[in-house]
Amino acid sequence: MGEAIAFYTLAAFILGFAVLVIATKDTVHSVLFLVLDFLFVAALYVLLEAPFLAVIQVLVYAGGIVVLYLFVVMLVNLKRPPEAHQDPRRRTWLGFGLSAAILAELAAIALYSSAGAAPAGPAAALPVAGNTEQVGWLLYTRYLIPFEIASMLLLVAMIGAIVLAKREL
Amino acid sequence: MIDTFVIPLVKILVVLNATLVAVSYMVLLERKVIAWTQSRLGPMRVGPYGVLQPIADAIKLMIKEDITPVRADRWVFTLAPIISMVPALIVYAVIPFGPTVTIFGHAVPLYVTDINVGLLYIVSVASVGVYGIILAGYASNSKYPLLASLRASAQLISYEVAVTLTLVSVILMAGSLSMVSIVLAQEQARVWYGFVQPLAFGIFFIGSLAETNRAPFDMPEAEQELTGGFHTEYSGMRFALFFLAEYANMIVVSSVATTLFLGGWLRPFPNVAWLGVLDLIPGWIWFLVKSFVFLYIFIWVRATLPRYRYDQLMRLGWKVLIPLAILNLVATAIVKVWWLA
Repeated sequence: MGEAIAFYTLAAFILGFAVLVIATKDTVHSVLFLVLDFLFVAALYVLLEAPFLAVIQVLVYAGGIVVLYLFVVMLVNLKRPPEAHQDPRRRTWLGFGLSAAILAELAAIALYSSAGAAPAGPAAALPVAGNTEQVGWLLYTRYLIPFEIASMLLLVAMIGAIVLAKREL
Repeated sequence: MIDTFVIPLVKILVVLNATLVAVSYMVLLERKVIAWTQSRLGPMRVGPYGVLQPIADAIKLMIKEDITPVRADRWVFTLAPIISMVPALIVYAVIPFGPTVTIFGHAVPLYVTDINVGLLYIVSVASVGVYGIILAGYASNSKYPLLASLRASAQLISYEVAVTLTLVSVILMAGSLSMVSIVLAQEQARVWYGFVQPLAFGIFFIGSLAETNRAPFDMPEAEQELTGGFHTEYSGMRFALFFLAEYANMIVVSSVATTLFLGGWLRPFPNVAWLGVLDLIPGWIWFLVKSFVFLYIFIWVRATLPRYRYDQLMRLGWKVLIPLAILNLVATAIVKVWWLA
């Protein structure tokens, strides 16, 4: 009961801040709501008894990536006159259609998974105890290949960024 | 009832108040030490040898006029000092000041809580504190604060990498992310990790100077170039919050350094048996003494070294400290797997 209350409260905050992120006019305020949103998602992880994930969420998303967003927002002048917001090429109906399609897809997935699969039982016994150790164990055994591919992707992105930034190197 | 509610609340109160008092006296200590370095007396007027100076400062800052610039982003301008201060205070929750002691028949651990991701918690909360500086510079709508906050964010992000990498070497040694377990691991190994990981300790020290915006890396508030840096437009108590947050952060990094590299609440040289008499001194005193030494070195460094240039700072961070930290991490892992396993 208490858990349900906590979950729905957190979920309401997450959704509310998500709406504010896209509804706010000022870009910096929007980024700040994004930070708040990430912090509440971290609280959700705490509720799921995944403290490692919660802390990483704060460290990587709230503390790392969004700082870079803020950096970009502050360096780029985004204050445009109001008439610039009226884009004649804007495809409003296409946007609504695409959103509806994604909503339908998510709903279908939710219905299918809740009807089909049994609720996930206790995770298979791992040879290590502790949240952090278990995450590490799973990453280096069951999910080794996705993990390595992700690190390859990051390496490629890093090299790409260096190449773009230092063309004459 | 007493064990679940009263004792934690009392501990939180004690830690918060002790921190705030310590922070205000750090300011006095800094002024005194720098004055002595420069053959001056420092504050002498309020109380004997100026020991009541922090109280006078606090009264002055509270009754000063609180100005918000007209063109400032009012909400963010108000929020920024709060965002600086709160992370600096909540990290004290996981810092182990001492082992479990018995007070009036209750076993009381001398830390607010011990979570099994304690060290990561400190790093992540500290990374949120960066927003205070960035937003202060942005919201002031003034060019020097904005420049300072851009410098600050670049500096903090760069040095965070090196510092976190050194923390990983320590985590490898201890096999745990919990602050208490790291101290216990040093007790079991009978050595402070500062002696086993001197390189990591050195990088951590330099990095923490940069992370707390201390001289010689006090670029974000370089008063000669930036008229005071990111908090130029702040006045009164809001300015004081930034000031206090900086000193609270200094105490945090000293406490973390003490816990990770100087054995936390352990006595010096836990491997030498005949020094066992030193165990008569309670652990929390050892902890405070070690943290104090670290803080003193912070001030000493500020009084001694000139400020780095910005490009030198970046070069040091990316081309020296980060490669060294990675090297140290790899070496630690190899030693741990081949020799110690």
